[in-house]
Amino acid sequence: MSATSQAHMEDHAHDHGHHKQSFISKYIFSMDHKMISKQYLITMLFMGIIGIVMSILFRMQIAWPGESFKIFEVLLGRWAPEGVMDPNIYLALVTIHGTIMVFFVLTQGLSGTFSNLLIPLQIGARDMASGFMNMLSYWLFFISAVIMLLSLFVEAGPAAAGWTIYPPLSALPQAQGGSGTGMTMWLISMGIFIASSLLGSLNYIVTILNLRTKGMSMTRLPLTIWAFFVTAIIGVVSFPVLLSAALLLIMDRSFGTSFFLSDIFIQGEVLHYQGGSPVLFEHLFWFLGHPEVYIVILPAMGIVSEIMSTNSRKPIFGYRAMVASILAIGFLSTIVWGHHMFVSGMNPFLGSVFTFTTLLIAIPSAVKAFNWITTIWKGNLQMNTAMLWSIGFVSTFITGGLTGIIVGDSALDINVHDTYFVIAHFHLVMGISAVYGMLAGIYHWYPKMFGRMMNKNLGYIHFWITAICSYGVFFPMHFVGLAGVPRRYYTNTAFPMFDDLTDIQIVMTVFAIIAALVQVVFLYNFFHSIFYGKKATQNPWNSTTLEWTTPVEAIHGNWPGAIPEVHRWPYDYSKVNEDGEYVIPGQDFVPQHIPLQENEEELNH
Amino acid sequence: MTAVLIIIVLLLVAIAIWQMTKIFELSQFNADDSQIATDKDNKVNGYLMFAFLVFIYLLTIFCFWEWGGVLLGTPASEHGEQIDNLMFISMVLIFTVQIITQALLHYFAYKYRGEKGKKALFYADNDRLEFIWTIIPVITLAGLILYGLFTWTSVMNVDEEEGDPIIIELYAQQFNWKARYAGNDNVLGSANVRLIDIDKNNMLGVDESDPYADDDIVSQTEIHLPVGRKVIFKMRSQDVLHSAYMPHFRAQMNVVPGMITQFAFTPTVTTEEMRLDPDMVEKVQHINQIRADKKADGETDNVDPWEFDYVILCNKICGSSHYNMQMKIIVETQEEFDAWIKEQATFKQQMAAAQ
Repeated sequence: MSATSQAHMEDHAHDHGHHKQSFISKYIFSMDHKMISKQYLITMLFMGIIGIVMSILFRMQIAWPGESFKIFEVLLGRWAPEGVMDPNIYLALVTIHGTIMVFFVLTQGLSGTFSNLLIPLQIGARDMASGFMNMLSYWLFFISAVIMLLSLFVEAGPAAAGWTIYPPLSALPQAQGGSGTGMTMWLISMGIFIASSLLGSLNYIVTILNLRTKGMSMTRLPLTIWAFFVTAIIGVVSFPVLLSAALLLIMDRSFGTSFFLSDIFIQGEVLHYQGGSPVLFEHLFWFLGHPEVYIVILPAMGIVSEIMSTNSRKPIFGYRAMVASILAIGFLSTIVWGHHMFVSGMNPFLGSVFTFTTLLIAIPSAVKAFNWITTIWKGNLQMNTAMLWSIGFVSTFITGGLTGIIVGDSALDINVHDTYFVIAHFHLVMGISAVYGMLAGIYHWYPKMFGRMMNKNLGYIHFWITAICSYGVFFPMHFVGLAGVPRRYYTNTAFPMFDDLTDIQIVMTVFAIIAALVQVVFLYNFFHSIFYGKKATQNPWNSTTLEWTTPVEAIHGNWPGAIPEVHRWPYDYSKVNEDGEYVIPGQDFVPQHIPLQENEEELNH
Repeated sequence: MTAVLIIIVLLLVAIAIWQMTKIFELSQFNADDSQIATDKDNKVNGYLMFAFLVFIYLLTIFCFWEWGGVLLGTPASEHGEQIDNLMFISMVLIFTVQIITQALLHYFAYKYRGEKGKKALFYADNDRLEFIWTIIPVITLAGLILYGLFTWTSVMNVDEEEGDPIIIELYAQQFNWKARYAGNDNVLGSANVRLIDIDKNNMLGVDESDPYADDDIVSQTEIHLPVGRKVIFKMRSQDVLHSAYMPHFRAQMNVVPGMITQFAFTPTVTTEEMRLDPDMVEKVQHINQIRADKKADGETDNVDPWEFDYVILCNKICGSSHYNMQMKIIVETQEEFDAWIKEQATFKQQMAAAQ
């Protein structure tokens, strides 16, 4: 199969340019992986802005509870009478912030952008295995995003049961206004989203397995591709389970079944539900929900590995160990979901099992962190913006990952579960870190996407202010959690014991606002450079991977001539012969398509 | 007024950033504009990396210095000691790793900043090194896992036969808690939401025909617990998920409609004793100072002096008033407890009164 499709694509490549593309087929219903990647990127940026603005709104409410702000009145309208935020919209904001950031920005945004861009380019393929499926995947994503945004304008308010939408709260409109039409739209949006994600993931898997160019063995794949590959597999394994959870919830809500509901008395009447269990929903949700955080972080890890190696002018340290850790993390990620449910009422013995599997994940994660640190050791570090984000990624990943040892331990989780400690933990380890990985990727592959360079000085400003503010927001947050403050509280003033935390909340909010403002610099840099950026050269970062052998002006089919053949692994940076001279004299890198040179020592790749 | 000031500060920050970017753009006029890092960029950012390491350390120290006092303090239950111990060991471990790895990462970023003509070391593999940093986490984590599991098993072991536990039902609804004591027989009468009778004030749906229910006692306002005696909470919710979070006792369990969850602990410090705990005295003083300052500023909400009390919070999102779903817990001596419980009407008396 692979041979025929490859041959077909070869034919196809020769007649590129002969057929004229209309605006619609080029920019809208495009089947070209590079264009689809950009569509994902722009959609993700748009969703990201909304998600960040929401977070600023609720952070302001926590720092200055009950205070009246003009901006609340402007943005929230009737949900903020006289500028004072309503508790229901507070819950809706945290819910939709979580949903947008986790699913629309970090899942499909990140994977959609970089898997689409890099898989064909780095493995040496003309396009994805199925361009049509790829297009379908994007447009389903787009529709689900539109439905999610439309749900914000529903009369009774958008979904507000937390992004984990645990029933019965999410199932009963009597329990909360947001559980009416808002929740219905949330569920429909997620259903479409899952279809989109599955189409995308299957495409990535098939492409990586079948369309690698000659010589590109699995052990010669860049770590980005390994990461995207395992991410796609995890997605295919776990997303259908979320779909089943969503379908059963829809049935409970609309058709009177009792999968998740039992013995409920609300607003003065007994409901008919009998025999269901919310704990079942929690199992189904987290069977996706936990792998989901690895779906988010693995692509970032892959991107960071690639960028660190390139900018250190050194091979990634322990390539095989890196691949093995990606596989180990991928496998372990599917058997740890119960650590979100230590105090859910499930059997404590299960809690023991999940503690065991959860803490095991620390091992491959530690290996990766040590390997990244060793990669920059004795390097010749080129501090391009992408490199800064990558180093920042390792820093936040370590800081956030370490507290995983606390929350992953069932005994310790009893007292920090659902407090701000958990919020601090997962924002650092999968929120901030994944965003850093994503930004690293954007800065690094921008020349490939748009044929122009982003401004580096604006990039430096963007990085340093964001780096400081991220720690400024999330490091103090651990203390709030250890003081026992529960998450999703509209205000903490109902408990005098939390009065002494007000100044921490204000500090965090101010950092958050500055961090949000500095993203404007990024947006300006991004959009300005598309049109006015300096023209890129073919291989600006002196990188070894195949995408930099394609012409600067993107073309349909990627390479004008034959697809290059691969002769080596992707990390031959600063490789020297026995005499101490670079393999290619005067050049500290050897691209993958260059055959083995004379006198060059052959490695096991 | 604060709001206006904040907005002004933010505006100024925004303007500052805008101006900075302008300056950067203008200063590039003659410089190399390839947008690829030059030796100068490498140097500046290398130094900044080192500065960032200092920033992380200072931030850590500052947080402990400034906010070390907000933590929960002395545990008020028997197993709380174990949990705090495990927490302390884990924290020491993660801070050690954090300090070392962040130092290596940022120091290397500073030390090996790129220069033209410098050669990086081609260093792709070292099996022994990788073995070492696989095996060290394996051993450390094995220790932590074992310790954690022993603690977990002993905390979660709810044995009704052992000791002389007092059985209390914790009942959750949007947005308040209720408690039902099992009475003299120490057995809770059966109950179901289908038996709720608001007219008779049978809010918990207790079964009137169950003789075990006769001596049950329902408290709608506070929970009293005798010190030093194991208490087993049987939890029930009538509407959505809630979570019974009692941070001072290091206790938490979700309350799930349709099933009964449970959590047991032995309170070791009475409310009176806790109010005299030095850490708590300091915390209460600090908070009352804040409240007094607010009052002096002319505010009227949340300004009265506060006295410490144990409290149960709801820690699972449950609707619009989730943030204010709480009940006071009073830990007292057995005598005080007996005196209090004697004054309470039993379920049977309650139902008779409602006839």
